[in-house]
Amino acid sequence: MRKSVSRSLGGAACVLVLGALGAGPALADSAPLALGPHDLALLDRITWGSTPASAAEMERLGAKRWLQDQLHPGGGDRLPPAAQAQIDALPISHESMADAVTRIDAETKVDNQITDPAAKQAAQKTRQQEMNELGKAAAARSLLRDLYSQDQLKEQLTWFWMNHFNVHLGKRDIRAMVGDYEDHAVRPRALGHFRDLLEATLRHPAMLRYLDNDQNAAGHINENYAREIMELHTMGVGSGYTQQDVQELARILTGVGVVNVNREPPRFGPAKQAFYIRDGLFEFNPNRHDFGDKMFLGHLIHGSGYGEVRQALDILAREPATAHHVSLQLATYFMGDDPPAAVVDKMARTFQSSGGDIAKVLQTLFETREFDRSLGTAFKDPVHYGVSAVRAAYDQRVIVNTTPLQNWLNRMAEGLYNHQTPDGYALASAAWSGPGQMAARFEIARQIGSGSAGLFRPDGQGAPDQPAFPLLQNALYFSGIDPSLSDPTRAALGQAVSPQDWNTLFLSSPEFMRR
Amino acid sequence: MTNLDRRHILTLGAAASLTTAGRVWAAPTRNGPRILVVFLRGAYDAANVVIPVSSDFYYQSRPTLQIARPDPANPDAALPLDADWGLHPALASTLYPLWQKRQAVFVPFAGTDDLSRSHFETQDVIEMGQPLQGQRNFGSGFMSRLYGVLNGARPIAFTDQPPLTFRGGAQVPNIGLSQVNKPGVDDRQARLIQDMYKGQALAQSVSEGFQVRDEVYQTLSAEMQEANRDAISAKGFELSTRRIARLMKTDYTLGFVDVGGWDTHVNQGAAKGYLADRLSELGRGLAGFVDEIGPEAWNDTLVVVVSEFGRTFRENGNRGTDHGHGSVYWVLGGPVKGGRLAGDQARVDAASLNQGRDYPVLTDYRALLGGLFQRAYGLDRGQLDTVFPQAAPKDLQIV
Repeated sequence: MRKSVSRSLGGAACVLVLGALGAGPALADSAPLALGPHDLALLDRITWGSTPASAAEMERLGAKRWLQDQLHPGGGDRLPPAAQAQIDALPISHESMADAVTRIDAETKVDNQITDPAAKQAAQKTRQQEMNELGKAAAARSLLRDLYSQDQLKEQLTWFWMNHFNVHLGKRDIRAMVGDYEDHAVRPRALGHFRDLLEATLRHPAMLRYLDNDQNAAGHINENYAREIMELHTMGVGSGYTQQDVQELARILTGVGVVNVNREPPRFGPAKQAFYIRDGLFEFNPNRHDFGDKMFLGHLIHGSGYGEVRQALDILAREPATAHHVSLQLATYFMGDDPPAAVVDKMARTFQSSGGDIAKVLQTLFETREFDRSLGTAFKDPVHYGVSAVRAAYDQRVIVNTTPLQNWLNRMAEGLYNHQTPDGYALASAAWSGPGQMAARFEIARQIGSGSAGLFRPDGQGAPDQPAFPLLQNALYFSGIDPSLSDPTRAALGQAVSPQDWNTLFLSSPEFMRR
Repeated sequence: MTNLDRRHILTLGAAASLTTAGRVWAAPTRNGPRILVVFLRGAYDAANVVIPVSSDFYYQSRPTLQIARPDPANPDAALPLDADWGLHPALASTLYPLWQKRQAVFVPFAGTDDLSRSHFETQDVIEMGQPLQGQRNFGSGFMSRLYGVLNGARPIAFTDQPPLTFRGGAQVPNIGLSQVNKPGVDDRQARLIQDMYKGQALAQSVSEGFQVRDEVYQTLSAEMQEANRDAISAKGFELSTRRIARLMKTDYTLGFVDVGGWDTHVNQGAAKGYLADRLSELGRGLAGFVDEIGPEAWNDTLVVVVSEFGRTFRENGNRGTDHGHGSVYWVLGGPVKGGRLAGDQARVDAASLNQGRDYPVLTDYRALLGGLFQRAYGLDRGQLDTVFPQAAPKDLQIV
């Protein structure tokens, strides 16, 4: 029954093409998998998309132990050497954020001295390109980890928190900061404690630039960041805080800003010097802080400098509204639309009893029957779609260029670090399944399915394109995916006229849209 | 049959031969104008665009952001609208000519009764168009409900993502227009893909996607070939609005588009600077739309410009403005009885500010749009109550 003509036809043609190109290492492992449908569906949900190698890993450890490993990854990046080598070669691996920002700031000052308008414009363009490259490098690193890291849950959560604490590439010099923001503020705490994550984002210059708190000073109040911390990062809109609370938090946040590089450090009298904090590019400047007392969410906070910020974050992290808001977001991301209230409540209780331990909150979610029932039903957002397609197509064969994937994500309107407003990309499927978006997906399915699509062409002129072809009919496909295909999907695949066509149809199928 | 309708059907016939399983639209029997809703996301600083030039309080409140009172000798001065109001000079060559032709109406003190001052909450509220009190339904937007009561309208969102306002009822297509490429998925593949989705929740979205893809490509491919020959072509928002105009001239009658970048907390500039640049871009986009759709179709078209709320009346400590309340909405179009401000007004002084901080709302957006739709389409009370439940329409006689 399962040995349909189409499959063997498509499969055989695949092998032929691969043989002709001399690229067939992924074919070696074709032993059938022992994982059942539930485990495979779990694998697909916890990772950025199941692959033969990830299935083999789950099988080796057993699903339970594998999930525990995902929830509690050790230190270090578990990446294949070819992926690690690409990351090591990126400019962001050689120059710290502070050095890059300082250098670009100094270069910009020199550019501004140029009197010839054409030369000045050219110099400014160079500066912009330099920053674009830094932003692209951050996205490349992030995608290589999504594609190849063994700590897949950690990488999914890194995306989730980057979206929850969204910053946008397009503002000022955030392109030079976003890689560091992800690598040092967000990713190390992705499965840690929410309170730590909240403060790490607050102390990062990318966030302070993005939401203008670097401009917020006593007598020059800017309430942008204060409002979004409560509305988006912690409690959620309509959860009971008032305009007065926003204004008081803005006062608490005065003086929290970014070091002005290439300028003399601020000077203080002896009384204020003790309050000054400088940590990398983060700065708390007591000259800009409002030291008056504040009344925030019913708590009196005495003027004490940066300690007020810590107090305010403690209050926010302990608010039941925060536990609920964050749990709802996590449940939507990991289960799909409208997670049941009972599940969210259970997670929120764990959030509160564990002091915001993210791994424990997720474990609570994963243990519910509702989560099990949701496996295989959540609509993939564009990032899940694009990354899972490339994972399925090439498994452990490491692509050499992420630019095509970055472009596809932008075309599907979910590019990395590219959401302009602080709410982050929508988690609800309705935001991604409109007619225009489905049509765009099928175009991308065709590009990925028809050949190497630039993924194996190194950057730089004259570099040879490495031969490669997507291998979607692999061991995992035959033992796990093929048996679960619907009759209409099977019928359509049966009409494929070439391996390219079969790939396009498979990546366009309703089954491949879900996880 | 009007010329317009004939062109429409010709396009449809050609498109239907491209998509085999696409739904064929009934020939529209239009009973009202085209409408394009333009949503300025981020809360544009209305007080510095339609400027209360007769208010000393405005000049006191905005020491660095203020736009000078109208003065023909000063290119940075506001352009005179009436005795009390002026228009930002960045709109001199784009929007102001429409005002002079009486094809533009401004409605000051417009907005919602939502006081959250949250962008996302208030945008959602406006797109849903439901009463603020009571259970909200995120699955029902007002433009979708408007589509439901109109006869023969063809809706479309010119956005990368389907907007909330078109949720509910029949599937409304969405398509971003900044990149339009020749489709790579061929007709046979399109048919096989649609076969896979038959009977599934996404079936309509998928078939609609192929149909819109083909129609848009067909309508725009001529333009793209021309553009390739031209040395200068439109960019950014104007490129999108010119494409929208082409599509609304022939294929679609109820459109939605959004433009971001209005959340000016810092260094927004005055006659020049960040906000002025955004306004120039917006103005070029709107003027490009008018130009591209042509005089005949423009006589049968309305463009409504809204934003979630206004901004603080006083400038903040960073030469910017924070989240406020009342805004100014615009209605443009050939049929508009324009060259005037419409709706109730308050004196612009400290005493009239809402919570001492921002413009009050004197014209509710649901009453305003309800009144406009009532006149434009001759909707009855029952239909109006479907579009904007429990909102009494306010007839400002804009058309």
